[in-house]
Amino acid sequence: MAADQPAQRGSEAVAGGPQALMSVRGLGIRFKTSHGVWQATRKIDFDIAPGERVGIVGESGCGKTITGLSILRLLPNNLAGLDGSIHFDGTDLASCSTRQMRAIRGRRIAMIFQEPMSALDPVFTVGHQIAETLRVHTGVTREEARERTLDMLRRVGIASPERRIDDYPHQLSGGMRQRVMIAASLICGPQLLIADEPTTALDVTVQAQILELLRDLSETSNTALMLITHDLGVVAETCTRMITMYAGEVIEDAAVDDALVRPLHPYTSGLLRSLPHLSPRHGKLPSIPGRVPSIMDMPNGCRFKARCSHAVAGCEKEQALLDAGNGRKVRCWRFRELDLPGALQHAATAPIAAMVTSP
Amino acid sequence: MTPQAADNAIVSVRDLQVGFQTTDRRAVVKAVDGVSFDVRRGETFGIIGESGSGKTTIGRALVFLLKPSGGAILHNGIDPLAMPRQQFQSHRRDYQIIFQDPNAALNPRMTILSSVLEPLELARAGSKAERLQRAHEAMDRVGLPLDLGERYPHQLSGGQKQRVVIARALTLRPKMIVCDEVVAALDMSIRGDVLNLFAELQRDLGLTYVFITHDLAVVSHISERIAVMYLGRFVELGPTEKVSERPLHPYTQALLSAEPRPLPSTMRGNNRIVLQGEIPSPIDPPSGCRFRTRCQYAQAVCAEKTPDWRELMPDHWVACHFADRPNFSPN
Ligand SMILES: Nc1ncnc2c1ncn2[C@@H]1O[C@H](COP(=O)(O)OP(=O)(O)OP(=O)(O)O)[C@@H](O)[C@H]1O
Ligand SMILES: Nc1ncnc2c1ncn2[C@@H]1O[C@H](COP(=O)(O)OP(=O)(O)O)[C@@H](O)[C@H]1O
Ligand code: SF4
Ligand code: SF4
Ligand SMILES: [Mg+2]
Ligand SMILES: [Mg+2]
Repeated sequence: MAADQPAQRGSEAVAGGPQALMSVRGLGIRFKTSHGVWQATRKIDFDIAPGERVGIVGESGCGKTITGLSILRLLPNNLAGLDGSIHFDGTDLASCSTRQMRAIRGRRIAMIFQEPMSALDPVFTVGHQIAETLRVHTGVTREEARERTLDMLRRVGIASPERRIDDYPHQLSGGMRQRVMIAASLICGPQLLIADEPTTALDVTVQAQILELLRDLSETSNTALMLITHDLGVVAETCTRMITMYAGEVIEDAAVDDALVRPLHPYTSGLLRSLPHLSPRHGKLPSIPGRVPSIMDMPNGCRFKARCSHAVAGCEKEQALLDAGNGRKVRCWRFRELDLPGALQHAATAPIAAMVTSP
Repeated sequence: MTPQAADNAIVSVRDLQVGFQTTDRRAVVKAVDGVSFDVRRGETFGIIGESGSGKTTIGRALVFLLKPSGGAILHNGIDPLAMPRQQFQSHRRDYQIIFQDPNAALNPRMTILSSVLEPLELARAGSKAERLQRAHEAMDRVGLPLDLGERYPHQLSGGQKQRVVIARALTLRPKMIVCDEVVAALDMSIRGDVLNLFAELQRDLGLTYVFITHDLAVVSHISERIAVMYLGRFVELGPTEKVSERPLHPYTQALLSAEPRPLPSTMRGNNRIVLQGEIPSPIDPPSGCRFRTRCQYAQAVCAEKTPDWRELMPDHWVACHFADRPNFSPN
């Protein structure tokens, strides 16, 4: 199985420049609320190369889901405004027409969610739902659509697809539903798949199956993957690059191994330190004091300042996403002078080190 | 085989069975089907397993939120169900349970302070002033500023709400707390804080925990012993270091290897066991060893005979026909 084959994840995996499949620049999302207009995210910059697997991590509310939704223009209707651009293979998704968007959505960019039941229609068989997507976008015949659906169900690891194709969603287990969702999202051969917490509702043994499937499919069909998760382990197992978000901004962007071994932002380092995997058993877990500032009360300058043990005078200035070389980016002006611990420094003494070598 | 009740057992569970009728009343789900263990005074006893394996059901039975359909649960060697009603009610205060979702546990229309006071009022404990003092002590204990008492749940963060729920359980000064997925809903940077709080309370107040979770990293960090549950039964039970580093049961091994590790590729090794399929329905569990439909080592005997629950190494229990053979082979 490919599960044990860690992907190629050197610094060269970092995308950028002319070969990017998607380039997001200055993306900001504003919502109308009863308290006025909220700036939910701002200054989001990142690229995804063809076939690349990018993990978007960060705590609840930092803006992962709405960033994913904005790419497909599926944001809730209290949207007040979308700033910046999302260049995807020659089209600006932030400003293109609804018609152009409809031709891209589901066909060239697909999205799957945490709870597959909510995305599947309970009154239609799974085969019908997958085949319809294909027919709407490509106009193939009913027979051909069924053939290709069977083939896709087989590829996502559904046993005896001839029997399953006429099942209704409620007849499937949680893991099977997520496989069906993946089949439906990949049936048109998209260039980019956005997966928002696709395994959070699943058990760890089923999660391992689904992550392996996503990785294999992305490798064999060169589909880029944007994997939204709060689980750093999931990113490490699945992705080539990791983008860390905090309070509506991208604060670090690096090849997964680089981010884990030598994080450049104090928040990324703090997250790694707080993981129980990486701390000595029964010891006190390091934690990041305080909490994320509220959208309505964002500080000027570095948004992590109040919780950062490295904060000094100067951190109250506006922080740009700086180029740290080797395709890395970080939103902290002190990154060069700070030497922050990553997963390696912790793991050597932690139970996970033993887990790695057994059984 | 049933282990002897040790003197230091705060809870002894013997051949526990809990069944639920399905909604169409045609079948019985054996959510817990013959589980025996002791929880030792002052320890943290972890229970892990996939969803639907019966963890929550055990937790609820331990505090008599639901009645066993078979077997026995003793608190300090005594069967609470044999107590007179009033004694039973006051006895139950010593055994609390906390759930995953603090929002469900807190009444949105009650202030934080009234929520913390509520159990004391229901128990009619002490005078009004004494109750207030105990509530304040509990809030202080979990690190909640007293002025938060006037606020409502929606004005608190997730971590703060979970602290309120813990404070509420502490007011009655329990001896044991069952913690069911208590950090699952919390963000990673806060999770550590709440786990540290549990450890500190245990040290200072001599509490015993039964810590239920599907998160291996959390359970192995906090527990002295870990039980692994599959389809209503324990498949392995032992000291944390043994279970998480030298697991004896094929299911435990698969569970550990499926855990995504936040490590760079050079450190992650390549020993993943990817299990096929999902946990079968507890309405009609496989015969013999319940794990056999997903076990890579399954033999004919595994379908015929239920493996014994045996103490293969000191304090380390397992239910697998071949756990004592290298590579789980029958020869
Ligand atoms: N329709 C909306 N109106 C107003 N604010 C919104 C709306 N949708 C999202 N937000 C806010 O935007 C921010 C980002 O939300 P988002 O759902 O992207 O978070 P997330 O990072 O995906 O979090 P989680 O990990 O909990 O899924 C949050 O502060 C959220 O409250
Ligand atoms: N009140 C109930 N009525 C019917 N079935 C139940 C009830 N509570 C739990 N079950 C069933 O019992 C099994 C074990 O459930 P539970 O103890 O909640 O598992 P876990 O906490 O390990 O996820 C599941 O199959 C579940 O559907
Ligand atoms: S800019 Fe200052 S406060 Fe912000 S992360 Fe860097 S050192 Fe910390
Ligand atoms: S008894 Fe058989 S099926 Fe069960 S875990 Fe052991 S080898 Fe596998
Ligand atoms: Mg989200
Ligand atoms: Mg449960």
